[in-house]
Amino acid sequence: MTGARPLRVMVIDDEAPARNRLRDLLGDCALKMPLEIAGEADNGRRALDLLPSCNADVVLLDIRMPDMDGIEVAQHLQKLDTPPAVIFTTAYDAYALKAFEVHAIDYLLKPIRVARLLDALSRARAIAPLRPEVLDEIRREGRSHLSVNERGRIHLIPLGEVLFLKAELKYVTVRTAEREFLLEESLAKLEQEFLGRFVRIHRNCLVAKDAIRGFERASMVDADGESDGGWAVVLNQVSEKLPVSRRQQHIVREFGRIL
Amino acid sequence: MSINQNANAVALPNFRNLGILLRILLIVDGISLAAALLQTSEPLPLAEVLIEMSAQVQPVLLLSLLVLAALGNVLRRLSYAGGIVAWLAIELGVVTLIYFLGHRFFNAGGALERYYLFTLLVTGVLIGYFDLRGRALSPALTEARLQALQARIRPHFLFNSINAVLSLMRHDPRRAEQVLEDLAELFRALMGDNRQLTPFTQEIALARQYLNIEQLRLGERLRVAWEIDGFPGDALLPPMVLQPLLENAVYHGIEPRVEPGLITIRLRREGDRIRVVLRNPYRAENDHHSGNRMALANIRERLALHFDAEAGIKTIATDGAYEVQIVMPYVKEKP
Repeated sequence: MTGARPLRVMVIDDEAPARNRLRDLLGDCALKMPLEIAGEADNGRRALDLLPSCNADVVLLDIRMPDMDGIEVAQHLQKLDTPPAVIFTTAYDAYALKAFEVHAIDYLLKPIRVARLLDALSRARAIAPLRPEVLDEIRREGRSHLSVNERGRIHLIPLGEVLFLKAELKYVTVRTAEREFLLEESLAKLEQEFLGRFVRIHRNCLVAKDAIRGFERASMVDADGESDGGWAVVLNQVSEKLPVSRRQQHIVREFGRIL
Repeated sequence: MSINQNANAVALPNFRNLGILLRILLIVDGISLAAALLQTSEPLPLAEVLIEMSAQVQPVLLLSLLVLAALGNVLRRLSYAGGIVAWLAIELGVVTLIYFLGHRFFNAGGALERYYLFTLLVTGVLIGYFDLRGRALSPALTEARLQALQARIRPHFLFNSINAVLSLMRHDPRRAEQVLEDLAELFRALMGDNRQLTPFTQEIALARQYLNIEQLRLGERLRVAWEIDGFPGDALLPPMVLQPLLENAVYHGIEPRVEPGLITIRLRREGDRIRVVLRNPYRAENDHHSGNRMALANIRERLALHFDAEAGIKTIATDGAYEVQIVMPYVKEKP
């Protein structure tokens, strides 16, 4: 490692004392290996904002944080062009620790020992990137945001703003009141993750229940080219109308908001 | 400690407690009803038998309750055996009094010995019942302590606090000392014998120590308002009631928020009762954990042990806020 570029470390923790402590410890580690502090953030959103510009090789990521927990932050930052290695930190979280053990994910227990930190950092460049399906498994509930990579930056879409999700070939289109995003995820998995928030109106479409203004009779040609003269969903905020497939006609009755 | 426990198990009930009085009333009337049923099962004569029996039993019962409630403190100061003897003596005295009054004014009949025997039997049943009840609840006291300990020391809190102290060591050793002292006192209280009522000032001090530690971790995000003006300084509270509730408030109300949140603690005397209200911001969708039942159940149990039916705890989740309300009797410190 001699002469190598110093390892750039970012600290993400909502508690100031915890960040101070890590800064001290990183100072100690710097005496033994070339490293520098790339940045600090007190919540996940800020961390995702800073990450593209601060070129961190490693993030020390607290799990329990308000608004967006560490697991979700890790999910979003995988969308970066060159995602940093992730080392989770936690004071106590029996559930997550078990999952980390199972999947050989690196973590540090607070209070963190300097030897342990040094050890984790010296292996950091070799840490295998986190696999999305593993994070899916560890996560206890659905994400609070969806995310897309836009010109190297991570754009977060609050779940509450999503009107509908539509599968198109390899992608899922995310529609909000303002615009559309392309998501590289599977519609079936999204449906499972956000159970209860969306309703499936068609093989290729999930609509946010809150976004449904009502239903109306429409003779439209749906994606399969079958004209069924069935129902269409009318949405709040946007003028697009979405066809309800024959198989999903029952939801019209369940919602009962016929226009 | 074991001697202490035994002493606790066999003690006369607190006759000044409404719950205890109600239990006595129900048991005695239950026995009367059973006795009446033995005599007849036809509805009409049964009513007559019941009325006749009531006329004999109720005056004795009500007068006994009055006397017991009046002498409650004296009785509890006696040894257990002495208390039993005194209780039996009081009952026989009351029966004799009522018997002669009845004889004089209503010419009611029957041998006095029969009433004596009935009274002794019923009182014996009550003594047996309260003895068993005391024994049944006594392990609960010890267990409550253990549970309290487990419910209270959230590993999350312990490790984060230690971490916070470590962060102070290099830059602000004095503050670190102070936090460690607070932490030590908090744990001493947690592990102490929490069976006796304690002065409320002590409870407040403990709560403040706890909040100091959390303040260090959470900084600006944690705001606390105390509304305890005019609360009587001699009031006694069951120990370790405030702190676990505050810990819940921090864990579920403050930690999941990015923006600052306010915890309000209000203590108020309302006549012969005390009302404790704890309020914190709360958004269900922010809360990833639902572990506050244990602490609440534990506190409910301990309130029942101290005050039986005279104390209550309830929680109210309103729009954006969560409130715990406790009502308990106002018990004064003995001067």
